[in-house]
Amino acid sequence: MNILSGWGARARGLFADNKGPWGSSGSDDEPSSSDGGNSGGPWGDPGRKRKRSSEPNPTLDEFFRRSRERFSGGGFPGRPDASIFVWAVIVVVLLFLVFTSMHSISPGQRGVVTRFGRYSYTLGPGFGITLPYPVDRVAKIDVEGIRTVNLGAESSEDLMLTGDQNLIDIAYAVRWNVKAPELYLFQLSDPDEAIKQVAESAMRSVIAQVTLQDAMGDKRGEIEARVVDAMQRVLDGYRSGVAVQGVAIQQADPPDEVNDAFKEVTAAQQDAKSYINQANSYALQITAKAQGDATAFDKVYEQYKLAPDVTRRRMYYETMEQVLSKVDKTIIEAPGVTPYLPLPQVQKEQQKKESAQ
Amino acid sequence: MTSFVRAHPIVSAVLGLFVLYLVASSFPIVPETKQAVIVRFGKPERILNRYQAGRPIGTASAGLSYKIPGVDRIVWIDKRVLAVDMQSQPVLSTDQRRLMVDAFARYRIVDPLLMYIRSNTEENLRSQLQVILRSEVRNELGRQPFAALLSPERQGVMDDVRKSLNVQAAKFGVEIVDVRIKKTDLPDGTPLQSAFESMRTARLQEARSIRAQGMKQAQIIQAEADANASHTYAASFGKDPDFYDFYRAMQSYRQTFIGEPGKQPAPTTVVLSPQNDYLKEFTGRSR
Repeated sequence: MNILSGWGARARGLFADNKGPWGSSGSDDEPSSSDGGNSGGPWGDPGRKRKRSSEPNPTLDEFFRRSRERFSGGGFPGRPDASIFVWAVIVVVLLFLVFTSMHSISPGQRGVVTRFGRYSYTLGPGFGITLPYPVDRVAKIDVEGIRTVNLGAESSEDLMLTGDQNLIDIAYAVRWNVKAPELYLFQLSDPDEAIKQVAESAMRSVIAQVTLQDAMGDKRGEIEARVVDAMQRVLDGYRSGVAVQGVAIQQADPPDEVNDAFKEVTAAQQDAKSYINQANSYALQITAKAQGDATAFDKVYEQYKLAPDVTRRRMYYETMEQVLSKVDKTIIEAPGVTPYLPLPQVQKEQQKKESAQ
Repeated sequence: MTSFVRAHPIVSAVLGLFVLYLVASSFPIVPETKQAVIVRFGKPERILNRYQAGRPIGTASAGLSYKIPGVDRIVWIDKRVLAVDMQSQPVLSTDQRRLMVDAFARYRIVDPLLMYIRSNTEENLRSQLQVILRSEVRNELGRQPFAALLSPERQGVMDDVRKSLNVQAAKFGVEIVDVRIKKTDLPDGTPLQSAFESMRTARLQEARSIRAQGMKQAQIIQAEADANASHTYAASFGKDPDFYDFYRAMQSYRQTFIGEPGKQPAPTTVVLSPQNDYLKEFTGRSR
């Protein structure tokens, strides 16, 4: 409202400038107009500056003018300066009007136009023309850019209860963008905070419906998809104009307090695997040996069947030959000597022989 | 006019300012995000840009308006969906377990006039809603068993909270859009520690069971292998048990007295009698 009144006053000031013979009358009006119009708009600044520098001017001008009238009796020297000043103001104002009615919207943006605060229409990418500043205002909103919110602190623990009443330490990121800029601007008091809260709530409710094992393991993808769905439903319920692009679980670990117990499970899994591996290698070995032995027996047996007696004797002699050639032999002719055989001495002799060799 | 300005610069500046003030306060701009109640001498007169469900943005009476300066006053009331947070508070389930619950609600002021009369400011409204939210959440959740508290959405508990909250909030000209549980935590101390402890013991039990399963499988694999081997042996050796006995004895002698290739067996002395089968030719059979 201030802007509007400033606008009107400025216009009047301009007209006064144009009509009045004295620039000083214009500059008299000017500060007051900028007084009302400096509501923080881009032209508020020059107005304020002008005000500060020229506030003492009216009286000074008066003083100079009067002194000039008194001494030279003519107001002529003041006029050209004043008209230049007036024209400068007009040019500045025109430039301002032109610049604030043209908007270039980059490809990822939309320009939401409000006329006196009321939503009017949305500018697409490219070059757009609106009414100048105090009437139309354009808020440029990035709609393509994906924004990321990180939730569940990575440094500190953020424990959530799972469906089987375990606790899980979880960290995740939500990616979102704006799908309806006018809703995003006007519907929620704090869209960014709302997205955070909705994400936390959705993640919590999904985690509370799965087991710890699912949350830590292979069901992550499903959980993420369910969180996205839940978030989108709630945010659409708010008419927030926000599209949730994705949720990524960055970390889902057991709490530190019970981490050792979880490592114990991993160790047990490895142990079990190694037991099974050992058993498998034993099985391979024993099977191979059985097959080898059986095959060898089969081969020999084939030959044996062709001439059983001869083969049997041959095998017997060959074996005894090999065996007896490697051992010390004592042959006792007479029966009854055996009990008195000095076995230790026999062994000693044998050792002596070996050392002599 | 110019002559008047020239004659009384200060007076005209003051006058100009005053005119500006009049203009500014006669034509307020209502932004899209606000509802405005125009109050004349303390009595509500008109409502600008009032929220109506389902009405598209830009069609309500936001924008330039008017009022009588000095007589009418504007009370600004937010039109957007607002948030009220509930600090974490303990909830006792029907099975006497405690849970810390952190909730939030989103609401919209649908009747700015009623809201202005009952609460006056948005801050007042928020703190009033906070109190209602706390008690409603505790009431509704307190009727649930612990397992249902973990995911109150599933049983429609949150819908009940929202409905009963809505009844209360309607008295303030407020509509509750949504109530959600943000966090459910076990209270610090014993409940948390016992949860950790139960997780720990569950894991250790799991570890033991995994090891036992591994051992079991290993034993089964070994036994199967032994059975297979024995089958293979039986199939082969069973063709002639007598020959097998002989064949195996020969192998065994060799193994015992000669040992593995490259290994010296323990020194052995064999005492043979001439009656030994091996030596039966020693004495000459022809005799």
